[in-house]
Formats: sequence, C-alpha cells, structure tokens
Amino acid sequence: MTAWTLLIIAALTAIGFFVGQARAQGLRNAGAASLHSLPAYHGLLMASMALAAAGIATLAVALVAGSDSMIMPAAAALLGTGAIAASHRLITRDFRARNRFEHFVKLVLIACSGVAVLTTIGIVFSVLFETLAFFGEVSPIEFLFGTHWSPTSTPASFGLIPLLVGTLLITFIAVLVAGPLGLLSAIYMAEYSSKKMRGVLKPLLEILAGVPTVVLGFFAALTVAPLIRNTGEGFGLIVASESALAAGLVMGMMIVPLISSLSDDIINAVPQSLRDGSYAMGATKSETIKRVVLPAALPGIVSAFMLAISRAIGETMIVVMAAGLAANLSFNPLAAVTTITVQIATLLVGDQEFDSAKTLSAFALGFVLFCFTLVLNYIALRIVQRYREQYD
Amino acid sequence: MTDTFDKGNAAFIAKRYSSERRFRAYGAAALAISVLFLVYLIADIGIRAWPSFFEHRAVLEVNLDASKIPAGNVQTGDFEGVVRTAFRGGFPGITARSDLKSLTSLLSAGAADDLRQQTVANPASIGTTVKAGVLLADDADLYLKGMLTDTVKTPGKTNLQLAQSGDEFILTGDLSQLAAGQIVRANGGALRIASIEAGLARAEAVMPPVTLNTLAPGTWDILSFSHAEADRRIDDRQVVWLESLRDKGAIEKHFAWRFFTNGDSREPELAGLRGAIAGSLLTLIVTLSLSVPLGIAAAVYLEEFAPKNKWTEIIEVNINNLAAVPSIIFGLLGLAVFINFMGLPRSAPLVGGLVLALLVLPTIIIASRAAMKAVPPSIKEAALGVGASHQQAVFHHVLPLAVPGILTGTILGVARALGETAPLLMIGMVAFIVDVPKGFTEAATVLPVQIFLWSDLPEVAFQSRTAAAIIVLLGILFCLNAVAIYMRKRFERRW
Repeated sequence: MTAWTLLIIAALTAIGFFVGQARAQGLRNAGAASLHSLPAYHGLLMASMALAAAGIATLAVALVAGSDSMIMPAAAALLGTGAIAASHRLITRDFRARNRFEHFVKLVLIACSGVAVLTTIGIVFSVLFETLAFFGEVSPIEFLFGTHWSPTSTPASFGLIPLLVGTLLITFIAVLVAGPLGLLSAIYMAEYSSKKMRGVLKPLLEILAGVPTVVLGFFAALTVAPLIRNTGEGFGLIVASESALAAGLVMGMMIVPLISSLSDDIINAVPQSLRDGSYAMGATKSETIKRVVLPAALPGIVSAFMLAISRAIGETMIVVMAAGLAANLSFNPLAAVTTITVQIATLLVGDQEFDSAKTLSAFALGFVLFCFTLVLNYIALRIVQRYREQYD
Repeated sequence: MTDTFDKGNAAFIAKRYSSERRFRAYGAAALAISVLFLVYLIADIGIRAWPSFFEHRAVLEVNLDASKIPAGNVQTGDFEGVVRTAFRGGFPGITARSDLKSLTSLLSAGAADDLRQQTVANPASIGTTVKAGVLLADDADLYLKGMLTDTVKTPGKTNLQLAQSGDEFILTGDLSQLAAGQIVRANGGALRIASIEAGLARAEAVMPPVTLNTLAPGTWDILSFSHAEADRRIDDRQVVWLESLRDKGAIEKHFAWRFFTNGDSREPELAGLRGAIAGSLLTLIVTLSLSVPLGIAAAVYLEEFAPKNKWTEIIEVNINNLAAVPSIIFGLLGLAVFINFMGLPRSAPLVGGLVLALLVLPTIIIASRAAMKAVPPSIKEAALGVGASHQQAVFHHVLPLAVPGILTGTILGVARALGETAPLLMIGMVAFIVDVPKGFTEAATVLPVQIFLWSDLPEVAFQSRTAAAIIVLLGILFCLNAVAIYMRKRFERRW
C-alpha cells in the first residue's frame, strides 16, 4: 500500500503544479497582464498544498490504522484532490502566490534544520529510558562503582570500573602515540613544508583519516598484535594475544590525522605578526614555534586533543576486533582489557530482549559513553570558538 | 659588532642551530611515520588479499550422462555426481571408501555450479563428453597457491633400488638426495620417507607403487615441504593427487570473478561480495536520498535565513556536537527508535540507511554551509538589487554556485557512510545472508560488516578473502575521494 500511496502523492503534486500554472497562465492570457506572481509560483504553491494535504492525511491514517490499510491511499487521494480544488479558487490576479510559497519553503527549511535537534533528543531519550529501566534492576551505585563486570554470568554483575579503566588505558596509549605524531606533523606542515609538499602530504593524511575503522581493526588484530606479541616474547614478556597495546597503537594512528588537521588549522590561525616579532628578536624558527606559536595556539591544541580523546573513547571496530572481551581490571598495556564500546557491541549483536538487564546494561553503557563524549566535545568546541574570536 | 660573537657565543649559536635542525627532523619523522604506516597498512592487506583474486580449477573430461541429467529438467540434474565420477576417473587406482572421500574433498561444494550453468545454456551437450573446469575446495586452492606449505620438486638423479617388506618399502643405493618427511614419486606411486639409516631408507606408501623396478635417474622425483603433514591442512595423499593433476596440466588458474558475482557462503572459495555490495548500494540510496535534501535545506536555512537568536544557536551547537558523537550511539538510537519503537524490520537497508543518514547529516550540513559561505555576498546583493526576493537570490544564485562544494562534502559523507560498521552491528545487519537483497526491507549486509563477519571466521582462506574485501572497499573509497579532490580542484573558484 505504501508504494501506491507514494505514487498517488507524487502524481497529485505534479497535477497540482500543472493545474495551478495553467490557471495562472490562463488569467495572464485573458488580459491580466500584471499578475502578482509568476504562473510557476502559482503552480508550485498548489503543488505544495497538494503535497502537504496528502502527506498529512497519509501520516494520520498510517498512525491510526497502520500502513497496510486500504484507507491510506484513498485518504491521500481525497485530501490531495481537495487541496487542489480549494486552492484553485484562490488563484486570482492579486493573489500573492510567491510570498505564500516562500513562506511554505521557509517552514520546510526550518523543519529540516530541526532534524539535528530531533536526532539529539532521540538519542538522549532512547538511551535515557532504557538506562532508567536498567537502574530499576541494578542500583546506579553498583553500576558506577562496581569493580566486576560479567553480564552473562549468574548472578550477573554490572560494575563499570573495569570497562572504564580498559577504555581509558587504550585511549591513553592512543593519545600517547597520536599526540606527538599529530602535533609534530601539524607543525611541520604549517611552518616548514613547501606548498608543493603540503599538497602531497595533506591528501595522504586525509586518506589515512578515511580508512574505515573495520580495516584498521583487521590490521590491528592480524598484523600489529602478533608483531607486538612476538617482539614482547623476544624480551621475555608475557603478552596477551589481544593486548591493549595493539589496539591502542592502531587507534593512535587513526587519530593522528584528526589531531594534525585540527592543529594545522589552529597554528595557521596564529597571526604572522607574532612570529615576525619573535624573529625580530633573533629567535630561530623552532624557538619561535616553541615559545611563541605553540603557547598562542595552546587552547586550540588542547581542544584538538580533547576531540581526539572523545573520538578514541567512542571508537568501536578497532577495539571489537583487536581488544579482548574479558573485563580485567588492569593497567598493564600488554594485558587484554575490554572497553565500553566493545561491551555495547557484544551485548547488542544478535537477538535482544528488551526486558533483560543484560540488554539494558548496553544502553546504560551507551549513556555513559554519550555523556563522556558530549562533555569533552562541548568543552573542546567552546574553546575553539572562543579562541577563534580572539584573533578574528 | 664582531666582538659580541666571542667563542662562547659561537658555541651557543651552534647549539641553537642544531636544536633547530633536530626540531625540524622530528616534524619530518612524525610525518614520515604516518605516511609509512599508511603504506605498510595498504601493502600488508594487499599482499594478504592478492591470492584471493584467483582461483584454481581442475580441468576434467566430464561425461554428461543423460541418465543423470534429465534433458527436460537440466537445472535439477545430478551434476555433482557426474563431476565426482569424472574426477575419480582420473585416479583409477583409488577404490577404498575413505580414500575416495578424501579425494572428493579436494573439490569445492560448488564445483558443479559452472557446469550446470553451461549445460542449462547449452542443453545439446547432454549425453556427450565435455571439457569442464571444476572449482577446487579452499584447502586444495590454498595448497596450489603455496599458502599451506612451500613444495619443492627435485628430479631424482641417482639409481635407487626398491624393495618391499610387509607394509614397508626399503630404498637402497645413493641416498644423498633423500631426507625424512620427503615424498618420493616413482613407479606410479608415492612413498613417504620415514627414516634414513646407514645405507637404506625406510618409507611408507602414500600411494602404493605399481612395480618394484629400480628407480633410474629422471624417472622419479622428490617432493619436499616446508611444513610437515601434521602442520598443514592438507595431507600427503591429497598433495600427491594435486601434484599429479598439476603435472598433467589439468590445473588452471583463473581470475576469481566469482568473488564479485557470488553472495556470501560458508565455503571460502564460493563466498563473494555481490550481496554486500548490493546491500551497501541500497543502504546508500536511502542515506543519500534523506541526508542530502535535509542537509542542504538545513544549511540554507542556517546560513541564509536563520535569525541570530537562542534557537539558532542551539541548533548550531547541536549540529557540531552531533558530528562528534560516537557512531555506535547512532546504532543505539536506531535500535531503540527505528526497530523497537517504530517496528521497522531488523537487518534492513532501510533502517541502516536511516541511521547512516542521521550520522552523515552534520557532515553534509557543515560542508554545505562552508560552500555557501564561500560565495561572495556581492552576487546575492546584485540579485536582490534587481528585485529578486531573498529566496530567489539564494536558490537561483547562491546555491548553484555552491553546488561543487556541497557535492564534495556529500561525497566525503558518502565515503564515511560506506565505511561505517559499528552502528549497523546494532541494528542487526550482521546476519549471514546468502541471497542478494532486492528491496529496502529485505535482510541485507553491507561491505564493512561483511569484512567484519569474515574476519571472525576460523578458516585460513577467509583471512585472505577478508583482505580482498577490504581492498575492494578501499578501492571504492579512494575513487570517491579522488572524485572529491578532483572536483575541489576543478570547480574551486577564487572570487
């Protein structure tokens, strides 16, 4: 039925346009030379009326009677035709069709920009409700401060701490790798490299940024993890086959382009006059960078790091494929740890029952993740904004 | 002036210069590491993937027995049977049940598929004997690609006497070429060397030799392996059979078109990407048809019409935050809202497309706004000056000039959506799906999820398939990025 209804709506919209345009054109031909709006606007207005009427009718019927109902196409056809008939009478010489149509367009545009807000509201509510349901079964204190996580055992225990430690450990390793690499790359590209070299290097880093994380996860699990394991065993260390180090290293390489491109922008935004002043005092280029440019760019760089951290915390595929499932409370980078995202993914893949604490705990984890990244992002974006204004 | 540059100062300046050089080198090294990582990543996956683009077939003379293949209903004919008969016909000496089973396991479960298609297209060939390439199973294929063991064939250069005592065979003579674990192929059979003692080599039969004649130089050869029988997924008998087929020239290597035209399968040699590519395409259609109009409309409103007030600010902060929300959260949204609340089907491209549309919406809005901001205000002002309404000025003049920038942003958004995995895991696009999806509400999977699924499988052959799927995905993404970069270069206008 849905296909038929959509077809009817599309047809009515087209009919509305041609009827409206023809009617206005008829008026113009009949001597009404000073039509307020162009005939096409009369057509567009009628088309949008038909579309809106038929669309609203369809949605209303679908909500009340379900989308399989025979009433749906009928209602769409009826209301659409009605709208055309009603607006047909409106078309006169002085009718301000363009203004009406533009008003309609503006409403549509506003609705479209509202989708972003709706998405956020949708995220908050979908996660919040399930989280509250989860807290009905497990106390928030136990969830937030428990040191044992095993949702599938009986009795299940839902302690967040081991997941948090695992997430932060991997994130820490990632930032340890990506921080210096990304920042130094940005400095080199912004201050030292020629324009030509920049033109080659920037797309390369963009390619690295565009590599899907599932690919990086495969690489981490199949190449990096065995490499680390073999190297570690060469030194007589015990390395888990799914070590935090492997996941952290590859995740670090993933966020290098993020840090470097954000820092690059920020370093470029530092006014040349600051550098010139430093050179005039006899400083070398690296002294200028270290003592003038970087301190001036510091807030921006901090926010770049925060965005990178939030990205690493929320990254899923690399850790799903290369980090472990066992929730060990360990700070050892060579041990297997698990993260919040890994647990969400493993709990929700496959069939779920929405009334079990196991499924609901995934949403509680999602809530924690969302809050975490939201705070980081918000602060970071605020810093960037304020910083930009400072030099504009 | 010169006296300020005393010796101490010169040393100080030298130190500062060397620190300058060091700092510069650090920067260059950091960039080099990132680029090398990218190169290593692609090379590593490429090397793993390469063998998967080829497959091995055994060329057989197959008798299309009319009693097994009814001319009226070719599709249901027992092609597996005739292919098996033809394959076994090449090894008349093998009669034991377990041996026959082991022999047939060299053939793929889909070995007869190609022949079936050929015969359906050409029913006249029923009852005749045709030459057909039949697909080998994954282990046989891996062996022939040299991925299970390195096999070295050395021709025998000396005279060896062969004798049998019970089940054991004794080789005497010049044993300098032999070593334990090797296989000696001679007199129509194959012997595995068990041990070498003073002056004699004890061997057991892999395939019993037909005669016990003396082995003259040139009539026998040695197969030696880098992996012993226990350490590989193919046993010595199968190796001997495959090598004899290879010696006869009955093994052919072809480009594995199957990899692109088949759906998923539990058999690595039959598994293909067609279902995943179709799923990705359907998902992207939904994503694009939603996110592009919505994104552009939102960008037009925020850039051109929105009053500067609290609401607008909330929307803008929102969009910037959404761009940085972890993708897995969008999966939770899809699961809770689209599947649980709205009751849309699980695993469907429709839901996947919806989730990805919300995911790439901020990217498209931000890119479109940037593109519109780059159009100089003078153009809009000129339109307004000759009497256009605000909307006419925007839709007739500003927006068309911003299209290249918007398209670039959209392509980058598509690239992001195409590589996204985590949210699709949440909404159940991880099912094992053999059929190619035909509609937006059918169960489907997408390329990155297929990669994830394959990477989880234990078979060695799937590792290579996974890498090959990654190469296909990266290929598509690079093309998209190249188009975006080209468009940016080609249509970028400096006003």
